[in-house]
Amino acid sequence: MERTLPPWVDMGLLPLINVLVVFVVTGIFIAIIGENPFSALTVMLKGAFIDKGALGYTLFYATNFIFTGLAVAVAFHAMLFNIGGEGQAMMGGLGLTMTALVLDPILPPFLVVLLAIPMATLMGALWGVIPGWLQAKRGSHVLITTIMFNFIASSIIVWLLAGPLIEPGQMSPQTRSFADGVQLAQLHTIFNTIGFSLPSSPLNVSFTLALGASFGVWLLLWRTRLGYIIRASGHSKRAALYAGYSPTGTIVITMAISGALAGLMALNEVLGVQERLTLNFTAGYGFTGIAVALMGRNHPVGILLASLLFGALYQGGAELDFQFQSITREIVLIVQGFIVLFSGALAHMFRPMLEKVFATAKPSHKDVSHDK
Amino acid sequence: MGAKLQRGEGSADGCCAVSLYGISKTFGSVRANKNISLDIPAGTIHGIIGENGSGKSTLVSILYGFYGADGGRIRIFGNDLKIQSTAHAIAAGIGMVHQHFMLVPSFTVLENLVLGHEGSGGLLQGMARGRSELQGLSREYGLDVDPDAVVADLPVGIQQRVEILKALYRGARILILDEPTGVLTPQETDQLFNILRALNQQQGVTILFITHKLREIMALTHGVSIMRDGEMVAHRCTATTNPQELAELMVGRPVLLDGIWHQAKVGKVVLQVNNLALDGTRGMPLVRDLSFQVRAGEILGVAGVSGNGQSELLELLAGIGAPSRGSITLGEYTFTKTNPITPLVIKELGVAHVPEDRHAMGLVLPFSAAESAILGHEHSPIIGDGPWLNPGKLKAHCGQLMANFHIRPPDPKRQSRLFSGGNQQKMVLAREMSTNPTILLVGQPTRGVDIGAIEFIHQQLIALRDRGCAIIMVSVELDEILSLSDRIMVMSDGASMGIIERKDADARSIGLLMTGVD
Repeated sequence: MERTLPPWVDMGLLPLINVLVVFVVTGIFIAIIGENPFSALTVMLKGAFIDKGALGYTLFYATNFIFTGLAVAVAFHAMLFNIGGEGQAMMGGLGLTMTALVLDPILPPFLVVLLAIPMATLMGALWGVIPGWLQAKRGSHVLITTIMFNFIASSIIVWLLAGPLIEPGQMSPQTRSFADGVQLAQLHTIFNTIGFSLPSSPLNVSFTLALGASFGVWLLLWRTRLGYIIRASGHSKRAALYAGYSPTGTIVITMAISGALAGLMALNEVLGVQERLTLNFTAGYGFTGIAVALMGRNHPVGILLASLLFGALYQGGAELDFQFQSITREIVLIVQGFIVLFSGALAHMFRPMLEKVFATAKPSHKDVSHDK
Repeated sequence: MGAKLQRGEGSADGCCAVSLYGISKTFGSVRANKNISLDIPAGTIHGIIGENGSGKSTLVSILYGFYGADGGRIRIFGNDLKIQSTAHAIAAGIGMVHQHFMLVPSFTVLENLVLGHEGSGGLLQGMARGRSELQGLSREYGLDVDPDAVVADLPVGIQQRVEILKALYRGARILILDEPTGVLTPQETDQLFNILRALNQQQGVTILFITHKLREIMALTHGVSIMRDGEMVAHRCTATTNPQELAELMVGRPVLLDGIWHQAKVGKVVLQVNNLALDGTRGMPLVRDLSFQVRAGEILGVAGVSGNGQSELLELLAGIGAPSRGSITLGEYTFTKTNPITPLVIKELGVAHVPEDRHAMGLVLPFSAAESAILGHEHSPIIGDGPWLNPGKLKAHCGQLMANFHIRPPDPKRQSRLFSGGNQQKMVLAREMSTNPTILLVGQPTRGVDIGAIEFIHQQLIALRDRGCAIIMVSVELDEILSLSDRIMVMSDGASMGIIERKDADARSIGLLMTGVD
């Protein structure tokens, strides 16, 4: 009783239809609150891609989503629901901040950066591994524990920023700035030095790291023995048992990779823009990563596209806020909700319809497994 | 008496209890039933035979109202009916005994019988009415059961009898049985056939009997319809056909039904099991104190009714879970509870394992064939260097296995779930045999596999044995055990009832041991 669609329909058309539905429903929503959905769409696209510097901002936001989306996706391939990207990113930010604060008086800036990056991944990984280990050994589900670990991470940061790490003599909960040069170069400055003129934006080297991480995740999952074990364990617990994979090992390693990816998100915000640790720098990107992974069907290419869409929503949503009186930034949250609804919960709503279309289009299509 | 009357009504219209005209059913892009027509004369036992996936279960599900047909008409006793739910089917006098029983295990026979027919008012009244009707039915049909016995405590054969009574209680004049003998011992099967014959001859109940076993068709039915690939390919009168013809109609080409077994050249002992035991949850013993040896070059068949510890034995030997007591000795290594065997260790010691459940264990269904072809062997150097998997080598490796075992279609990129049962099983066997094991553990080698593939798989097992491999084969198909094994161990309730040499074994003696009677 198998149901199959051509891969391009399954991987391309179906998600596209889901996204279109999101836009149509959002459009109806905007019409209900008394604005013209088409002009809203125009304003948003212009604000996200065409205005001077807009694309840079869109890609800057997308960078956050790529990291957190990949984090969710890697865990999902092992059937682990890592909802803790937010906390893992916070701990990543804490790891790199501590490294920078301790080392920037004594080491040259590029060395500090080189050491801070692995610390961000390590701390993110640690915040993934603990819930993973608890699930493997104690049976407490990562879905629950990673959420709880978000709260723990948040409390730790609040405590540190309100006390031990607060910038001396200041009232706002943030650390001192890192030493000059302890940062990831912004792309427009790099391009300007080699003679291309780019408008100013916070887009920085983290974006290229994110592209690299996407390729790395693809390699890991589909081109390595470890990735094979992760995916096999995710698809079938019994098959993993049969093949002799250690459930504890698989869970812990997968959560480490997942947490590390989420931890890398801190590079973009902390080392790319703020150059200090601030409260709430994660701003919900960790949670949005779930929607990104859902929409990207847990594949790096899909996640890149979904991240671009979410980046555009964040950047264009700000523009909407400016231009329309009755639309606020929160429209982005609504769109996000619809994406979870239509690309996640109802992802297969149109599948039967498409199956009918493609079954009637090819009436001679038979189940070839019976062919002699 | 009422039965005779109803039959009379039917016979006014050409004597057909069930007539199907042009029934079709499509699931997605799969056409499960293609334009099927069938007449079942009232008061006969009619068989439908076909391989797994040939569409026979879909057809009876339509008749019983589980699915609506996409097209076609159904006539019951001459009346055109639209059967849109099981309630319609029951009202039309159709009863069904499912492959997996639909009984509440913690209820008594009587409670199960009246379930859904408690009547209005107090439950006591309904129960009292049920009790007197059950006694009536038992007397009338000769189906003895204790109304107050809890179903979970009853043997499987009796549970099936309760299912039949349930259908009769709801007024069934047409009884559908879907693969009813899969869970029965040979003796229980004989008893079932006696009951069905009596129901048919004395009460005039029309019986529709679905099976993939030729022997049962020949033993029980008056007429038989053969299905293949969703189509009804032939109807035969049982008296004028033979198993060879039926098999060829089922498969669509000539098949070899005769035995391929020949005398084995037995070598030294390669596996020694001592006092092996496994306790389940709440201390229920699943495997009790098993001791046996297996030698190179022989097939040890493990027979028994499904669920008597054979599956657990196979998994213990394969290193999935540790035993509670006892030891397993492979060559010079001995494994116990504190030093358990693991799936990785058995591979190093030359043991291959074809699990009973190929869907959950043997394959990863969403994976491509090439990926499933390395399950448990993903560290093999032939598919990549260092930590990498090389897709080209993966494909070539799978292509090789597919060629060796004639897997169709030979497409390594095709999703594992899309292959037929026989080809899936061949894939698992090809993978596990490719390492030239010294011991092969194999569970249900041909469950859900078409006749053509059964023939091939049996030949491969015998060939592997002849190359000096020791094979431990767990199967619930007694025919398979009898046709391939050099020695047969019969299990009942987790214990071994003894090991029988091939020359001393027949269906009757093994059937007796399967019931736990020495």
